[in-house]
Amino acid sequence: MTEKIQLPPARYEYGGDEFVFVELDQAMSLEANFAGMAVTNALREEAIDGVVDICPSNASYMVQVDPDRLDPRELVEELRRLESTVGTLPDDYVLKTRVVDVPVLFNDPWTHETLMRFRDRHQDPDATDLEYAARINGFDSVQGVIDAMTSAPWIVTMLGFVPGLPFCYQLVPRDRQIQVPKYVRPRTDTPERTFGFGGAFAVVYPVRGAGGYQMFGMAPAPVFDLSQSLPDFADDISFPNANDVLRYRAIDMAEFEATRAEVENGTFRYRIREVEFEPAGLLADPDAVNRELLEVLYR
Amino acid sequence: MSELLVRAGGLYTTVQDTGRFGYYHMGMPPSGAMDVYSAVVANMLVGNPDGAGVLEGTYVGPTLEFTDDRVVAVTGADVPVTVNDEPVEPWTAIRVGSGDVLSFAMIRAGCRAYVAVSGGIDVPVYLGSRSTYTLTGIGGHQGRKLVDDETLPLGSGDGSARPGAVVPEELRPELAGPAELRTVIGLCSYRLTEDALASFLGTDWKVTKDADRVGYRLRGGKLDFTDREQPFGAGSDPANVVDLGYPVGSIQVPGGDEPIVLLNDAVTGGGYATIGTVISVDRDRIAQTKTGDAVRFTSVDLDTALAARRDRRERIERVRREITR
Repeated sequence: MTEKIQLPPARYEYGGDEFVFVELDQAMSLEANFAGMAVTNALREEAIDGVVDICPSNASYMVQVDPDRLDPRELVEELRRLESTVGTLPDDYVLKTRVVDVPVLFNDPWTHETLMRFRDRHQDPDATDLEYAARINGFDSVQGVIDAMTSAPWIVTMLGFVPGLPFCYQLVPRDRQIQVPKYVRPRTDTPERTFGFGGAFAVVYPVRGAGGYQMFGMAPAPVFDLSQSLPDFADDISFPNANDVLRYRAIDMAEFEATRAEVENGTFRYRIREVEFEPAGLLADPDAVNRELLEVLYR
Repeated sequence: MSELLVRAGGLYTTVQDTGRFGYYHMGMPPSGAMDVYSAVVANMLVGNPDGAGVLEGTYVGPTLEFTDDRVVAVTGADVPVTVNDEPVEPWTAIRVGSGDVLSFAMIRAGCRAYVAVSGGIDVPVYLGSRSTYTLTGIGGHQGRKLVDDETLPLGSGDGSARPGAVVPEELRPELAGPAELRTVIGLCSYRLTEDALASFLGTDWKVTKDADRVGYRLRGGKLDFTDREQPFGAGSDPANVVDLGYPVGSIQVPGGDEPIVLLNDAVTGGGYATIGTVISVDRDRIAQTKTGDAVRFTSVDLDTALAARRDRRERIERVRREITR
C-alpha cells in the first residue's frame, strides 16, 4: 500500500457553548476517520453525563454538550486524554461492525431524467454524470468506473446533512479513490434513494430534495423510513450507522423491480453480516481485507 | 377531548418545545422554539412546565378559538394581540373561555411570537419532543405548519396558572436593532484571511429573504479565503472543506459573500468552511430578526458564552419569582 499517512495534531474548537468540534486532519483519509472512530467509540462507552450527542464525521468529529451539566473545557480535556490513549489506533485495535449489501441500479431512468433537466448546472452539459466521472477519473468507459465503485466496499464515515444520509468512503488507498466535483450550481431536485457522488464520497439520498452531488444511479431499498414499516427500521428511522461497511452492488432492472416489490410489501431486509476487522490490517493490505469482508457478506 | 380551534394558521406557525436531542449524529437537528427565553416564559405565565408545547408564529400569527376555560399568554415579538377584537397585553397571563378568539395584528418589532395555553399544545411526543421538524415532516402537528380550520389537542392544566400575572418590562427581550450576535470565532476560521475575518466582524449584515428555521442568509460584504491547494476530498471551491459537522448556530460563507447562520432546524453537516458559532443565548436574538433587519457579530470567548447562559437562566428564575409572587 501507499505510504502511511501521518495525521497532524488534532485541533480542538468550541462551537459556541453547546458543541466541541475536533478536526483530525484537513484532508480525508482512512487514517483520520479511524482515529476519530476510536475516540468517539471510547467516549460513547464512558457515558459521561452532559454529553448530549456524539457525531463522528469524515476527518473530524463533533460532540454536543449540555454546558449546564458539563463544562466544555472539561470535555476537551477528556477528549485530549482519549486522543493520546486510543487516538493513534493501536495495530491490534479491532473494529466490530456490520457489512451490508446495498443494491444499486446504475444509469437508471429516474436520475437520468433528473440530470437531463439540470444540464445547465453541470461541468459537462454534453455528457451524463457517470460519463463525466468516468472520463475525469481516467476510465475508458462508464462500466469501468462502475466496476471500480462496486469492487471494493465502503465505510460510513459520517451521517448527516439531512436525517439518515450516509457519507461513504471507499476502503482503498488514496491513489485508487474516485473523485468528482459537486455540480457547478446545486440542483433543486434529486430523487429519493439517488446514489450520488461528490468529492471522494458516495451517498444515498434519504429523501427527495435539493442536492449538489453527481447522480449515478438509484438504490431500490431505503436508507430512511419514517413509517418504520420495514424490519430493518424497527428500532430506528435511519438504517446506516457510522462505521458500517457497505458494499454497493450493481443490479439490473429485473432485480431492482423485484427488490422494490419487497420494499412495497414490507418484507425487504438488507443482507447484513456481523464482522470484525483490524483497521491497521486494512491500511496495510486493503485488497486482502476487502476480500475477507465480501467473503463474510456473501458466505 | 379538549381542543384549540385554528381559525387561521398564520404565515408559518408550528408547534415547538425546547427541542429534540440525541439525534444530531444521524442528521436530525433539535428543532424547538427559536427564541427559547420567550417560549419558556410564555409557558411559565400559564402555569405549564418549561418544556410544554407552544405555538411559534412567524410574521403573521395564527387566529385561535378556545373551546373551554384556559389561560393564554403571548410573548416574543412585539405585536398587537386581541381577544374578541379587544386589545390585550402581551407578556401577561390572560383568562379566556369557550368561544373567545385570539388574533394578531401586524408585527411592530421582532419576528416570532409565542402562544402558550394552560395545559400545553398536546400533540404526540415523537422521539422525546413535540417540536416540529418540517424538512422531513416529523413531530409537532402532523410534521407541518398549521393551516386554516383545523384543531389542536390541548392537555389539562394543573390549575397553577395565575391570570393577570405580568412579566415586568425589564425582563422582556430587547428587540431594537441592530442585533448584536456574540460569536465564538473558530472551527475553520483559518480559511478566511485576517482582513476577511476583521471585515466579517466589522460589517452590518442584512437579513435576506432566505431566513427561516433552518438558517439565516445574510448580505452586505465580501470575504476572501486564503489561497491553498485544496486538501484531498475537500472539493475544488475555496469555501469547501472535507464534509464535517455543523454546530447549531455555526456560520458558513459559501461563495464568500453570503454568510449563513444555521439555526434550530439546521442541516447537521456539509462541505462548507464554518468560521464561528453564535452563542446559544443569542440564537434567541437572531430568531427575532426579520428580512431587512441588520445584525452584527462580536467575537467573544467561551467564558462569555457560558456567563451569558447563566444570565439567561437567572433571568428566567427572576421571572418565575415575579409571576408566582
